[in-house]
Amino acid sequence: MWEYTDKVKDHFLNPRNVGEVENPDGVAEVGSIACGDALKFTFKLDENKRIKEAKFKTFGCASAIASASALTELVKGMTLEEAIKVTNKDISDYLGGLPEEKMHCSVLGQQALEQAIANCKGAPAKEPGEEIVCECFGVTDREIERAIRENHLTAVEEVTNYTKAGGGCTNCHEKIKAIIDRVYAAGEPEPPKETKPKLSNIQKIRMIEEAIDKEIRPSLKQDGGNIDLIDVIGNRVIVATRGACAVCKASQLTLKGFVEYKLRELVSPDLVVEEEPK
Amino acid sequence: MKTIYLDNNATTQVAPEVMEAMLPYFHELYGNPSSMHSFGGQVAKTIREARERVAALIGADPEEIIFTSCGTESDNTAILSALSVYPEKRHIVTSRVEHPAVKVLCEYLKERGCIVTELPVDSEGRIDMELYERSLSKDTAIVSLMWANNETGVIFPVEKAAQIARDKGILFHTDAVQAVGKIPINMRKNSIDMLSLSGHKLHAPKGVGVLYVRKGTRFSPFIIGGHQEKGRRGGTENTASIIALGKACELAAHNMDEENTRVKYLRDKLENGLLKSIPNCKVNGDRINRLPNTTNISFEFIEGEGILLLMDQFNICASSGSACTSGSLQPSHVLRAMGVPFTMAHGSVRFSLSVYNTEEEIDFVIAKLPPIIARLREMSPYWKAEGSVCGIRDTDTQ
Repeated sequence: MWEYTDKVKDHFLNPRNVGEVENPDGVAEVGSIACGDALKFTFKLDENKRIKEAKFKTFGCASAIASASALTELVKGMTLEEAIKVTNKDISDYLGGLPEEKMHCSVLGQQALEQAIANCKGAPAKEPGEEIVCECFGVTDREIERAIRENHLTAVEEVTNYTKAGGGCTNCHEKIKAIIDRVYAAGEPEPPKETKPKLSNIQKIRMIEEAIDKEIRPSLKQDGGNIDLIDVIGNRVIVATRGACAVCKASQLTLKGFVEYKLRELVSPDLVVEEEPK
Repeated sequence: MKTIYLDNNATTQVAPEVMEAMLPYFHELYGNPSSMHSFGGQVAKTIREARERVAALIGADPEEIIFTSCGTESDNTAILSALSVYPEKRHIVTSRVEHPAVKVLCEYLKERGCIVTELPVDSEGRIDMELYERSLSKDTAIVSLMWANNETGVIFPVEKAAQIARDKGILFHTDAVQAVGKIPINMRKNSIDMLSLSGHKLHAPKGVGVLYVRKGTRFSPFIIGGHQEKGRRGGTENTASIIALGKACELAAHNMDEENTRVKYLRDKLENGLLKSIPNCKVNGDRINRLPNTTNISFEFIEGEGILLLMDQFNICASSGSACTSGSLQPSHVLRAMGVPFTMAHGSVRFSLSVYNTEEEIDFVIAKLPPIIARLREMSPYWKAEGSVCGIRDTDTQ
């Protein structure tokens, strides 16, 4: 039995927005009955060009139904520019995570959204030059590439979990491997760091101090700024900005985009950096 | 809420009588049956009795019974033994619908130089006996065909197939894990050389199985070690479970009539009740040559996992052949071998009953399932409410 989060169970047992929007502005049908997953997604815009209504119909397992339900909730109120940025990870995060083997359900949702937006803008559903890599499940190279980039996938098995590609006859495994190599040869993105063991509070504080001393402060000082660690409460890292940083308008960006990024990379991916209330 | 357990082909509850019989062997009578002292020796005596009870259920001699750890071990032992005693023969004949214990082993052996013939089945899950006969050759080391299919309950004519193999001097093994205890089996009246059975499918605990090896059959052990099982399977006997299996076999013999009358009646009632109240559904497999406890029904245009989880809300337990429940991305190999279209295969549910099921439970399931199916179809892009389907042609579903 799959271990689903309560959120997944809730969206499966009480799916939101089942059906089809009347006179939709965007329509998408992705997946197929042969694959075991299919999703019809429709939406309608309001006068401000925001998604007013989104509905789905799903053929698939519990997590496919929950992912589609989550998608309709997520995109409501978004502009198309905002909606196109929604990733499969956003859908999975909204549901509190999906089992690894079920990540393809969230990818299906993201694909439907992308296709429906393209449909709304009058663009063709598929980009020219796309090539079907997995014949069994009809997965294209672009879909595989996107899943690799957005989810930092490094193994064929992971690509299968996320896109289904390679889950049937396995003939395309070599091709998938080549796509993985191609994506990383292009220098982006970094493969995920090894997951770090759970830290005690003392260890965590020491590592944060060390990271600030060695990696963060030197960079800030180059621009005349500085930073001090004030407190660590759970995963909240409270800091105070000093020098140029204290008066810099972009210091919030520095804190989130640089300090938090570095601390997550070096100490723990769960850390959140906050500025000491002034 | 009471659990309604209709998944007895997956595993069964240990019968209360069986439980009672095995318990003393954990704590009071824990001796090693191989010991010289009488404390251990008394256990050896009860194991002998258990062996006789197992033999009696399938019409075998006690010395033809080898206790193993499970059905999979029995299957592996049988096939590897044949390849070992006939090193010059490298051909295996089996079917496309075997349990993974045989199927995956054969795929493994194929990678290591064996030639494997996987016999196809027709849309009802039956093998073509002429094709079977033609597939046998001088190079065939063993035939392994299941007695009854775990997913559909379809029964293969293994006794006839075994005779054909015997006439050509070829060893014949059958995985009878689903058949033993459900249909009468008499090894004295057939030519089957080896047969596998599993304890937990007939109300004994998990972790015990049997390989029947006909007297005079050339045999090579799989687990090498002590002299247990006359050197045919090393390892200290799982005494409590073996005694439990003996008791379970005795019970199964006693319940055989009930299994084929009352249980069969309940299965038929469930099947007919569901077919009558739910449109667009179909039974998978030959409905005549079938185990009395099993029905496999496909509900078109929906996916099995959703059905199982919604039934779970009512504590109804069953299985599905859908991709999402199999842990792979493909639906059941059994249904695919039968050519069941994808629209049907993904929405298949297997109900398997036991003597512990009641008519009340069956009535409950017949009442609860139609709204569950309707609810999922409501969400399916392939379903139109009027009971018709939207524009799917046969070519789309193959």
